[in-house]
Amino acid sequence: MPTISVGRDRLFAALGRTYTQEEFEDLCFSFGIELDDVTTEKAIVRKERHLEAEEDADEDEEVIYKIEVPANRYDLLCLEGLAQALRVFCECQQIPTYKLADVSKDAMLKMHVKPETSQIRPYIVCAVLRGITFDKARYNSFIDLQDKLHQNICRRRTLVAIGTHDLDTLKGPFTYEALPPSSVNFTPLKQERSFRADELMEFYKSDLKLKKFLHIIEDSPVFPVIYDRNRTVLSLPPIINGAHSAITLETKNVFIECTATDLTKAKIVLNTMVTTFSEYCANKFVIEPVEVVYPDGKSHIYPDLSIYNMEVSLPYVNGLIGVSLEAEEVTKLLNRMQLHAKQSTSDNKQAKFVVSVPPTRSDILHPCDVMEDVAIAYGFNAIKDKAIVDNKGSKRLAASLKLLPLNELSDLIRKEVAMVGFTEVLTFILCSKKENFAMLNRKDDTSKAVIIGNPRSSDFEVYTPYPCSLTAVRTSLMPGILKTVAHNKDHPKPIKIFEVGDISVLDDNNDVGAKNLRQLAALYCGANAGFEVVHGLVDRVMEKNGVPFVSSGDKSGYYIERSDEPEFLAGRQARIIYKGKHIGTFGIVHPEVLNNFDIPDPCSFVELNIESLL
Amino acid sequence: MVRAQLKQIFLCMGFEEMPTNNFVESSFWNFDALFQPQQHPARDSHDTFFLDAPSTTKRLPEDYVERVKQIHETGGYESRGYVYDWKREEANKNLLRTHTTAVSSRMLYQLAQKPFAPKKYFSIDRVFRNEAVDRTHLAEFHQIEGLVCDRGLTLCDLIGVLHDFFSHLGMTKLKFKPAYNPYTEPSMEIFSYHEGFKKWVEVGNSGMFRPEMLRPMGLPEDVQVIAWGLSLERPTMILYGIDNIRDLFGPKVDLGLIKKNSICRLGIN
Repeated sequence: MPTISVGRDRLFAALGRTYTQEEFEDLCFSFGIELDDVTTEKAIVRKERHLEAEEDADEDEEVIYKIEVPANRYDLLCLEGLAQALRVFCECQQIPTYKLADVSKDAMLKMHVKPETSQIRPYIVCAVLRGITFDKARYNSFIDLQDKLHQNICRRRTLVAIGTHDLDTLKGPFTYEALPPSSVNFTPLKQERSFRADELMEFYKSDLKLKKFLHIIEDSPVFPVIYDRNRTVLSLPPIINGAHSAITLETKNVFIECTATDLTKAKIVLNTMVTTFSEYCANKFVIEPVEVVYPDGKSHIYPDLSIYNMEVSLPYVNGLIGVSLEAEEVTKLLNRMQLHAKQSTSDNKQAKFVVSVPPTRSDILHPCDVMEDVAIAYGFNAIKDKAIVDNKGSKRLAASLKLLPLNELSDLIRKEVAMVGFTEVLTFILCSKKENFAMLNRKDDTSKAVIIGNPRSSDFEVYTPYPCSLTAVRTSLMPGILKTVAHNKDHPKPIKIFEVGDISVLDDNNDVGAKNLRQLAALYCGANAGFEVVHGLVDRVMEKNGVPFVSSGDKSGYYIERSDEPEFLAGRQARIIYKGKHIGTFGIVHPEVLNNFDIPDPCSFVELNIESLL
Repeated sequence: MVRAQLKQIFLCMGFEEMPTNNFVESSFWNFDALFQPQQHPARDSHDTFFLDAPSTTKRLPEDYVERVKQIHETGGYESRGYVYDWKREEANKNLLRTHTTAVSSRMLYQLAQKPFAPKKYFSIDRVFRNEAVDRTHLAEFHQIEGLVCDRGLTLCDLIGVLHDFFSHLGMTKLKFKPAYNPYTEPSMEIFSYHEGFKKWVEVGNSGMFRPEMLRPMGLPEDVQVIAWGLSLERPTMILYGIDNIRDLFGPKVDLGLIKKNSICRLGIN
């Protein structure tokens, strides 16, 4: 994205008003450009020369705005073009009409093209800016624009190269030739003596700026060169202009030539130069044409300022944007984008426009470009508000399938626990009261559990996977986990397993009187109890959920405190307090409990409720 | 993990994943089919990684190539075209894809070869840019892309879908800025208000694909394609408060940091 540097005050003067930085940023935002950086002339120079910040108080530190413009908008590459586009956008100015000066073909300046140029750089286009007035700022802007064009559309001068000259130092007709380097001799810009062209190429090999362009012609047997009638060299494209025709602040008449390998781009470049600077001519927006005559006798008049007329239908514009604008409104909006739109009558009652695309808008290729300009002038964010209100768009297009937060969180936690080396197991939800309570050393607290009314008696069954009758829904994941360990006594130690699943408890607040709770339980069984491993897992799960470890009593995170649950060994257990609530407990499993489940090796266990982490 | 969550979000919105398992792409699918002109700066070697091996592409659908050449050189389908000499050798040059939009163009072309049925596609995969490496830029990063292809889509539809998508990422305050991409018109940069930084941050780019791209493929005239893209790294860095991209991805990551970061809850809240 190209960036241009413009003096803030000069820009505001051109716009006819001042803005606060915020106001200007808003204007840029709605137009489609960006205020990238605000700096001062001195700061730029300092940076370029890598100098230290100087403390000298200099009142004249001009504020520079660095503005990023779209890569296809060559008309915005200088202050003049940008200011004009913004003035038209803000309705402070009408779209200018660029005209060719009324000069007869005989009186027109001529550029004769010699056949050899087709070997190296076949095309040339020219124009004259008559009665122009430069000041230092305008002159700098003029040079900067050429630089920017060279960098962008000219592809570093390979496709197009621009030469600008003081016409009063020259005499037409001009010739565009291609000659062996040794036969071209002139004094180039910024030099005191004359050089032969081949010498010059050697000389510029050490010039930081120009050495990049030498490759374009250096291997050619002929170099492109432009002469006037007195054999004064105007330029050696694309390398350097001659010193003789150098432009100064006093120059009144400018001759512009663009040599190229791509004619389309040469025309765009020439148009950009003349449309933006013709506002400084005595006859504003009037450009004097030049006739370019080719060896076969064909001639063309440049610049080609022809308007491109494009037919665009109103339903097309409205249909693609998704609004219903009236024809008059669309015309007004387009005018603000420098596009002149005239309603044309059409037979089938469909409103059509003929849009006149000026030479400054080479970016308009298709009616969709016109449609975009309508949308920009209307305001993307005004459309946005409409889109929200209607809401048709998103409902029609995107399915709105929702993820269940608790299930998503469960999956994420499962992954994290597995990643620290625990194996996931899936145990039964149905169990016996005995397993749920007595075997865990817990008192049979029937106030909590969901009890089955019609359990099967295990005596009846020949084979049953269940060791005892199912009488309850688990109120804890512990029995299932312990039973799993018991059945895997011979599995190599340490055994590390976990489960994320639901338990059920009675709850008067629910319509049915019971609810599920999503729990995480994990167990370590080995040569030692592995209390620190289970403790580590608790810290890990909390860390992964972004919960900070805090001091006792602090409700902003979690901490642990001594607990006294019967299923764990006294003094080797703790409860987990999260945001002031007890969400789980961990510890070394009580030897009696291990005995109940017939587990011969020491174990540590944790169970906590993960719903509280949502 | 952020990637898995984003995939979930797309799937929940009814988008189908595009196959992106090819890093090598031809300039044709990466640029020309997208109506990006051959002398565009992005095709410079200082922005794109061109390949020594394999240096040129072996096969291209010839009749489609011819239509693409025409539209670049002389226009068509109501466009004036770029008017320059389109070169086959340029299109044949292989590169490391600079955007997953190359895959999207292949998918849309496939879609156009059958009787038309609307589609919603997405992809999240790596792309390669020959850029200077610094705190926020790498030579390779992940691009997230979504597109909807259907009859009669409008700019309003695009804005609606964007609001939907970004709300899943927790971004509900959006505004749009006119922008430029060679293959979309209109183009909009998407900005979201960041409550933490207290300012508007650019979060993505979007637009409607140009007719010069869609018509040569063979898609019917009333079919439009709306699309958007963003990088995976930027929102991840904002989410986790990382200011140097090399802390997140690549060999210079801090393993301690990776272990400590909390799970990604995008799409859940």
